[in-house]
Amino acid sequence: MLDQTVAQQSAHKTAVTRLQLFIAFSRISLSSFGGAIFWARRELIERQRWLTEREFLEMYTLGQLLPGPNVLNLTVMVGYRFGGWSGAASAVAGFLGWPCLVVVGMGILYQNYGRLPYVQQALGGMSSVAAGLLVATVIKLALCCRAVASVDFWRARIHRRRRDALAVALGHGGACAVGCLRRVEVRVMEELDLGALFLQFLILWFLAIGGPSTIFPDIHRYVVEAHHL
Amino acid sequence: VTGEQFAEIYTVAQVAPGPNAMYVTLIGWYLAGWKGVVATTIPLLIPATTLTMLVGHLNERYPDAPIFRAIRRGLMPITIGLVCAGAMILMRTVNHDWHGYLITMVTVAVVLRKPWNPLWLFAGGALAGILGFV
Repeated sequence: MLDQTVAQQSAHKTAVTRLQLFIAFSRISLSSFGGAIFWARRELIERQRWLTEREFLEMYTLGQLLPGPNVLNLTVMVGYRFGGWSGAASAVAGFLGWPCLVVVGMGILYQNYGRLPYVQQALGGMSSVAAGLLVATVIKLALCCRAVASVDFWRARIHRRRRDALAVALGHGGACAVGCLRRVEVRVMEELDLGALFLQFLILWFLAIGGPSTIFPDIHRYVVEAHHL
Repeated sequence: VTGEQFAEIYTVAQVAPGPNAMYVTLIGWYLAGWKGVVATTIPLLIPATTLTMLVGHLNERYPDAPIFRAIRRGLMPITIGLVCAGAMILMRTVNHDWHGYLITMVTVAVVLRKPWNPLWLFAGGALAGILGFV
C-alpha cells in the first residue's frame, strides 16, 4: 500500500460534489472519538481516495501553522480545493455542525448520568482505544514521510538551500513571535457579557497557532478565574 | 468547584465525537445556553474561514512558491512529531496501568494490520471497561 501511495504522487483532482464533501466530513467528525486526524486520514485517503498520503500530510502541515484547530483548517483547505468557497462551506458545515449538537447533547446526558460507575468505566476503556488510534496514525504518516518527504527535503537542501531555508526560518520565526506575544489579558467580569465572551474567544482562536491545545491554559484562566461557571 | 467543572466539561468533549476543540462549545452551553454556543463556536470558525481559506487558495494557486515548498517539505517531519507528542500525552493521561496500555497497543496492532472499522474497537474498549478490565 505504501509503494502505491509513493507511486501515485501526481496531483490529481477528482470531481467531488458539495454533497459528497458534506457527507464525508460529517462522517469524519461524527466518528472521531478522541481526535479527528485518524478519521480524516482514513476517510480522505483510504476510503474516498481524494488525497494521497503525501497531499494529506502537506495540507495538515499547513493547517498546523495556521491558527485554529488543525483538522478544521484541513477541512477548509480540502473543501476549497474540490469545490471552491461553497465547497469549503459544505465541508465545514458537515465537520462542525453535527458535533456542535452532539457535544451539547452529551453535556446534558453527562450532567444526568455521568456519575454512574458503568459510564465512567466504559469511558476509560474507550479513551485507551482513542490513544491507540492516534499512535497508529503517527506510524502510518511516518512511514509515508520516510518514503517521500525526507528525500525531497534533503534534495531541496542541496539545490535551493538558501531560499528554502530562509522560508522555513521566516515561518518558524513568525510562529514563535506570535507564540511569545500570546499572553492575553483576561478581563474579569462580574456579569456574563456575551459580546465580550465572543471577542475574547475570537482573539484567542487567532492566536491558537499549532492547535487548540495552545490556548487551553488561556481558556481555562478565562472561564475558571473569571468565575463564570 | 469551577476548576473541577471545567475538567469534567473537557473530558466529556474529548469523549464526544468531533474535533477536540469542541470543548469550547460545551463551555458556551454551560455559560449561556444556545447563545453561549454561538458566542464560543463562531470565533473558532473565523480564523479558519479567513486565514486558512486565503493560505489554501495561495497554496493551490502557487504550489511552487518557495514558502509553500519549504513548509510542505521541511515541516512535514515536525507535523508528525507534533502528532506523535499528542499521542504520547494522550496515552499517558488515559492509561493508569498496564491494562490500559494493553488496550492501546492492541488497538495499534489491529489498525495497522486489519481494515476493520475502529468503532468496533471502541465497542470492545467500552466493554472491557464495563467488565472491570481497565
